[in-house]
Amino acid sequence: MEFLIELLISAMIVVGGVFALVGSFGLSKLPDLMARLHAPTKATTLGIGGMLIASILYFAFIERTLSVHELLITIFLFLVAPVTAYLVAKTHLHKNRDRQDTAQFQLPPPAGTHKAGWATFNKSEKQSRTEIR
Amino acid sequence: MIEYATYFGFISIGLAVLMNLHRLIVGPDSINRILALDTLTINTIALFILFGIWQGSSTNFEAALLFAMVGFITTVAFCKYLLRGDIIE
Repeated sequence: MEFLIELLISAMIVVGGVFALVGSFGLSKLPDLMARLHAPTKATTLGIGGMLIASILYFAFIERTLSVHELLITIFLFLVAPVTAYLVAKTHLHKNRDRQDTAQFQLPPPAGTHKAGWATFNKSEKQSRTEIR
Repeated sequence: MIEYATYFGFISIGLAVLMNLHRLIVGPDSINRILALDTLTINTIALFILFGIWQGSSTNFEAALLFAMVGFITTVAFCKYLLRGDIIE
C-alpha cells in the first residue's frame, strides 16, 4: 500500500514536470502569438495540476496532515488561466488591428452563413448610444 | 522513489523556466513578454510546491498562493494597460 501511494505520487510529479516542460517548449518554439497562447494556458496549467495532486497525496498519506492550501491554489489557477488567455488574445487582436495587410496578423473571416464579425471590434452599446446623441 | 521523482521535476521545471526566459528576452513584442512572464509565474509556483514536497514542510504554500494571485493581477494589469492606456479608469 505504501509502495503504491509512493508510485502514484512519483508518477504525478513526473507527469506534471513533463507537461510543464512541454508547455514551455511550445511557448518557446511555436511561430506566432496565437499559436503560442495554446501551450502555456493548457499544458502548463495541467502540469501544475498534476504537481498539486501529488502534493495533496504526499501530505495526506505520508506526512499525515491534510492541508487545503493546494486545493485553493488549484482552483485559483484553473479559474484564472482562461481569463489570462482571453485578455492576452484580446490585447494582441487590438494592438495589431491596423496591420491586416501582413499575412501574420490577418484574421480569418467568420465561419457560417451569418454576417457577424469579430465581436471584440464591435462598438459597445455605450459608445453607439453616445454617437446617436 | 519520491526523491528521484522530485529531482526529475526540478530538472524539467528548470528547463521550462529557461525556455520562458528565452521567450521573455527574445519575444518580438510586449504581448509575447507578458505571456512569458505569466508562464514564468506558473512555473515558479510549481517549483515552490516541489520544494515543499522535497522538504516535507507545508509552509511554502502561502508563498505559492500569494505568487498565483500576484501573477494573475500583474498579467491583467499589463494587458489592461496595453489595451486602454490606463489600468483603473
